[in-house]
Amino acid sequence: MSDRRMITVDGNEATSSVAHRTNEVIAIYPITPSSNMGEFADEWSAKGQKNIWGTIPDVVEMQSEGGAAGAVHGALQAGALSTTFTASQGLLLMIPNLYKIAGELTSYCMHVSARTVATHALSIFGDHSDVMACRQIGLALLASGSVQEAHDMACIGQAATLRSRIPFLHFFDGFRTSHEVAKIEELTDDDLRLMLPDDLIRAHRERAMTPDRPVLRGTAQNPDAFFQARETINPFYQACPQTVQEVMDQFAGLVGRQYHLFDYVGHPEADRVAVIMGSGAETVHEAVEYLNGQGEKVGLLKVRLYRPFAIERFVEALPATTRSIAVLDRTKEPGAVGDPLYVDILGALREMQVAGKLPMTEFPRVIAGRYGLSSKEFNTAMVKAVFDEIGKDEPKNHFTVGIVDDVTHTSLAVDETFDTEPDDVVRGVFFGLGADGTVGANKNSIKIIGEETPNEAQGYFVYDSKKAGAITISHLRFGPRKIRSSYLIRQASFVACHQFVFLDRYDVLEYAAPGAVFLINAPFPKEEVWDCLPREVQQQIVDKDLKLYTIDAYRVAREAGMGARINTIMQTCFFAISGVLPRDEAIAKIKEAIEKTYGMKGREVVQRNFDAVDTTLANLFEVEIPGQVTSGMNMPPIVADEAPDFVKQVSAMMLAGKGDLLPVSAFPTDGTWPTATAQWEKRNIAQEIPIWDPDICIQCNKCAMVCPHAAIRAKVYEPAALSSAPKSFQSMPYKAKDFKDQAYTIQVAPEDCTGCTLCVVVCPAKDKKNPKHRSLNMASHLEYKDVEAENYSFFLDLPEVDRTKVKIDVKGSQFLQPLFEYSGACAGCGETPYVKLLTQLFGDRALISNATGCSSIYGGNLPTTPFTVDPNGRGPTWSNSLFEDNAEFGFGFRLSVDSHRRLAEHLLRSMASALGETLVTALIEAEQVDEAGIAEQRERVEVLRQKLAGIDSPEARRLETLADNLVKKSVWLLGGDGWAYDIGYGGLDHVLAMGRDVNILVLDTQVYSNTGGQQSKATPIGASAKFAVAGKEIPKKDLGMLAMSYGNVYVAQIAFGSKDAQTVKAFAEADSYPGPSLIIAYSHCIAHGYDLAHGCDQQKLAVDSGAWPLYRFDPRRVAEGKPPLALDSGKPKASVIEYMRNETRFRMVEKLDPKRFELLQKSAARSAAQRFAVYQQLAGVTVPTEELIAEAAEKLVADAAEK
Amino acid sequence: MNLNTRYLGLELPHPFMPGASPMSLDIDTVRRLEDAGAAAIVMNSLFEEQIAGEEMASLRDVEGHQHSSAEASSYIPSADLFRVGTEEYLEQIRKVREAVDVPVIGSLNGTSTGGWLDYAQHIAEAGANALELNIYELVTDLEESGGSVETRTLEVVKALKAKVDIPVTVKLSPFYTSLPHFARALEQAGADGMLLFNRFYQPDIDVEELEVERKLELSDSRELLLRLRWLAILSGQVNGSLGCSGGVHTPLDALKAVMAGAHAVQMVSALYEQGPDYIGTMRDGVAQWLEEHEYESLEQARGSMNLQRSPDPHAYERANYVQILQTWERS
Repeated sequence: MSDRRMITVDGNEATSSVAHRTNEVIAIYPITPSSNMGEFADEWSAKGQKNIWGTIPDVVEMQSEGGAAGAVHGALQAGALSTTFTASQGLLLMIPNLYKIAGELTSYCMHVSARTVATHALSIFGDHSDVMACRQIGLALLASGSVQEAHDMACIGQAATLRSRIPFLHFFDGFRTSHEVAKIEELTDDDLRLMLPDDLIRAHRERAMTPDRPVLRGTAQNPDAFFQARETINPFYQACPQTVQEVMDQFAGLVGRQYHLFDYVGHPEADRVAVIMGSGAETVHEAVEYLNGQGEKVGLLKVRLYRPFAIERFVEALPATTRSIAVLDRTKEPGAVGDPLYVDILGALREMQVAGKLPMTEFPRVIAGRYGLSSKEFNTAMVKAVFDEIGKDEPKNHFTVGIVDDVTHTSLAVDETFDTEPDDVVRGVFFGLGADGTVGANKNSIKIIGEETPNEAQGYFVYDSKKAGAITISHLRFGPRKIRSSYLIRQASFVACHQFVFLDRYDVLEYAAPGAVFLINAPFPKEEVWDCLPREVQQQIVDKDLKLYTIDAYRVAREAGMGARINTIMQTCFFAISGVLPRDEAIAKIKEAIEKTYGMKGREVVQRNFDAVDTTLANLFEVEIPGQVTSGMNMPPIVADEAPDFVKQVSAMMLAGKGDLLPVSAFPTDGTWPTATAQWEKRNIAQEIPIWDPDICIQCNKCAMVCPHAAIRAKVYEPAALSSAPKSFQSMPYKAKDFKDQAYTIQVAPEDCTGCTLCVVVCPAKDKKNPKHRSLNMASHLEYKDVEAENYSFFLDLPEVDRTKVKIDVKGSQFLQPLFEYSGACAGCGETPYVKLLTQLFGDRALISNATGCSSIYGGNLPTTPFTVDPNGRGPTWSNSLFEDNAEFGFGFRLSVDSHRRLAEHLLRSMASALGETLVTALIEAEQVDEAGIAEQRERVEVLRQKLAGIDSPEARRLETLADNLVKKSVWLLGGDGWAYDIGYGGLDHVLAMGRDVNILVLDTQVYSNTGGQQSKATPIGASAKFAVAGKEIPKKDLGMLAMSYGNVYVAQIAFGSKDAQTVKAFAEADSYPGPSLIIAYSHCIAHGYDLAHGCDQQKLAVDSGAWPLYRFDPRRVAEGKPPLALDSGKPKASVIEYMRNETRFRMVEKLDPKRFELLQKSAARSAAQRFAVYQQLAGVTVPTEELIAEAAEKLVADAAEK
Repeated sequence: MNLNTRYLGLELPHPFMPGASPMSLDIDTVRRLEDAGAAAIVMNSLFEEQIAGEEMASLRDVEGHQHSSAEASSYIPSADLFRVGTEEYLEQIRKVREAVDVPVIGSLNGTSTGGWLDYAQHIAEAGANALELNIYELVTDLEESGGSVETRTLEVVKALKAKVDIPVTVKLSPFYTSLPHFARALEQAGADGMLLFNRFYQPDIDVEELEVERKLELSDSRELLLRLRWLAILSGQVNGSLGCSGGVHTPLDALKAVMAGAHAVQMVSALYEQGPDYIGTMRDGVAQWLEEHEYESLEQARGSMNLQRSPDPHAYERANYVQILQTWERS
């Protein structure tokens, strides 16, 4: 009798659960989609959960995956059972250590949520390109295809490595398995103990390094020894497959689930067989059973152990009747004979044929197919297409499936109507907003169904790439049998749309099966809902005979004091309508889930959720369907008509959620993508937007300065331009002298604003009669959208300011056109105001290298791109290489720019007679120190071009291509603190030391924001972050001080919310400084856990308390006899605790352990005071000028001569 | 001198104790208070707004970002590890309970029935011997009548009494049309006592920034007079315990409070100014005065100057107010 629990978890948790219980040391580094495995392990250790030997695993976060692999290697050598979790580039960074670990025959099982390796683009999604890059190392590669398998194989891998001494890389598909929630049987600690007997652990420890039995490993070997020594491992690899099978058999005896190295599924006399590994195998499994039920003879071979590849076991597993084999690879190896699994299979069959061990009479036809790159959908219709193809007389080899390849015509046609899902599987698709809690509630629903009913349950969640206003689509299945459908739902019996506005943008009912239920959260009375639906939606409701239910969930939530959290309300509706549980029971279970989820967080939250649930049913209504379409409204076009063709043809498809339909020919071949496309994506996500009252405005432009999305802007312009202005367009005379007699406007971009309110909070202009009323006030988006959209359109058409006339300060900078706009960054983001400012000041001549992280995601994640161009077509050119190499990557930009400039100057000199000495000298010696100087140089370059056009020589043609390099370029290296302080620090330090003219902007959120708030070396003392849950004890690394130690690096620490004038000054100085510059910018972040509307206030407190001193270190001041360091913030005047108490990251520590918090906050205050004292002293230190040093040297020489 | 008193069913050696304040956050201070002889420790107040506000802010600013991105399911370490609600408060009660032998009185501050009232139960479970319900309400709504404010308060008291077995006292503001009537209703609703009065924050105006500044000045003895009057009026008319809070700075202040009818005398400002040891000075000062004036016990003085027993009850009544003003005008 088994005492195993059924649990509902995702693949990451299922895997980590085994890894945490069967290891002693876990060294990790966050990377999507594996981060959660490390986080689970860290959380369990923080809670004191023990492994099966009774100790709490030591979970450590390293500075990179390379570091994690090194730490694991060391821990293994010293005898601890160790593991790590990673994916993609992270796995690639581990490769050098993995070679060592394998070469040393080290028992080790690591876990990889397989993810695409970045090539022409980064992708966080799943395929096998990372794992396949490890197939040559000597690791055993063990594949899982489902959440249960990931749980089981984590155990089998650990047991097999201890037996075989071959290190194991256990992998499963990123997202499809790592993030799929499923009901599985949990292995007990006893199961794990039985699978991992003490003698194996002892043997592992006995191989460990100890001074009590000293050995030496890691020798350097010469030609006489290396080769033979390398061959000593062969017996281990030969024995490994058998060992794995024995472990699998033992596991089956214990648990009941039998696995084989190659598991065959299907007709015993199949003529066509697909070979595949990972989650795709589950889809093929479902398709094979269905097709065989229809009378076909097809089969499937699931590859479990890919390395060492047991070729005999492989052919033994194939039916002797096999005539055609489709080998499906989830990776691409351009230029190879075929993708790796295909080549292996081909080789295996041929070798067995030669050995006379082939079970078939004829050598089967082997066809290669590629599917599922970057989590591309792979469903049973595609499997059907594969079987159909390999059944043909002349099948297409090296085909692709799941895309339309209209360039090299590799793709298979797929019958999209083919569906294998049984009727008794209930399928629900839910459209939600990231912030409305839909995914969290659906995860709860799956848990309730999985754990409270005999049903099998599965949940999968699709997110878009935006951080503010993100859309989520939840796919929920439950039914009486095992669910193998590792693909998205296409025919749902229940479709819910939790946001009414989505109906205008997405084909929500595309997912609805005939007769399905459609639940819409609508802000209208039930009688009006039908008339408010777009025509296309009504049409589908009528055509598919859908049942329509509605609720005004936002009203119910508001009335229950839940704000905008509608999750439990919509969840209650789902249970009430679907009837999966009796209503009362369902409500009781929902309340239990609420209690479980929020109980720790307080009674009020629980009570309000209860109130919301209790009032839901009274507000849920079925809507009468009139039987015909009555609406006069159509879904609006996705992008405006005036958008460029590329945007209309490509971006718009992606925006509509139909990017899968784009053919290969729609895409650029090398990853190059046009900028300036975010302007076409009108997201309208704000509930309220700022409206300007010119009567009070003091024209400070602070609102534009702080706006994270460039959605509120300032302009000065000729008053005559107002003649064609819309009636509602607001304007006022400009007050200062720099643009005398001009008009002035502050204008909101109503469709791009996220409603963060930073601009309103920062607005210093208050109505004296009614100080509550400022010059900017939030007002209803619905009410103002149309009128302000017209105003904004007019505003954009007003001419941009003459850059040469703008004074570079806070106010002036905001008259410059932002060349970074409407990004997908979080509402209230603390990073993007800096990025925007950079583009305003230097964007028309900026090259930006961007480290992977939040800034690369809001900067370059499709479908749209926020970097844009000025009216001359100039703007930032931007690229993301990797996470770890950004400093070096951007440094390369500088090398290239300098090289081209040198060449251009060389050509100018050599052509001086033809071009005119005056022009050539002016071009070479131009002082481009300000906008006027830049403008003059641009004019000279234009003259040069005209002259070159008249010269027929190879030099002239060469110079034409290089001429733009004569205009000063501003090279910016952007990234977060994870990059600058941790993974990229080595490179960053080296680039600083190289003395070249690059500008480094560190957007310091003090945690790894993009991957979910893991601590970095920038995390301040006392803050709780993942991997420092109890509060970080070590002070933040002083990156600025390290950089200053070079003496020739410009360094500034800034915080726009505290002193925006210093921020602007620092940017201008960094650009003008002819050597390396480093700006460390305080960036408030959602990972700090407070309402970011107060971001600027918190920045101010950080500075006032001394936690974040402001300074500028300018080596140029040395020559002026001044101290290079200028402190821009005064002695701490607020207490650090006042700053800390406002943010959850610090408050959590206080709540967890007030005593510890007390110590940490004192320590933080001490550290702040110490740092300030040091800076204060340094700010008084002058450095001898070169002249003084020379004088002193001369004097020494003279004195010596005298003696 | 016998200073014994019975307050909220607790037999105390004397009536002096610290009032609800952040003093209870520091265990060392709490120990010093006990060492100085504090008859009980009153915890700082757990505010309804604090509870609801922090919980809802956490829901919005922490939970609101969960499960909204493919790359991160959350941005703050798991809340399972931390009780965002009031765990720290309960933990503090437990620690205070462990640290001292004298009774510990919890303090809840709020005005509505709701989930936050569940904390009363947690406070009791955490070891509190009694509970103060601090009705700290400033009505700003034109629609809200005095009657409805009182009705709501009574509902809170009833709800609270239904949740806990420990005695509950209600800490009131002075702003009631008919305090005696309301006091009786509170008793009927189950209140075991009343504490007079809480002190409101006194907002100031920053004329440069056009902002309201929150301020709370420490009390002085002048504030005692208001308490004396109402203690005197209620004493003898209500059955429950009466406490005095606000304006007690000297042994004579304390004595007056007792004579007006107080069973317990709380101090905050005086202890902030003089330090925790001052509670012993107060006790000794009162004892000395009683001895000097040949009282047998403090009990003998309790309520001696209340409305019923005072030789000149009219002095507490409105007419007297007019007279004083007239006197002042003449002088």
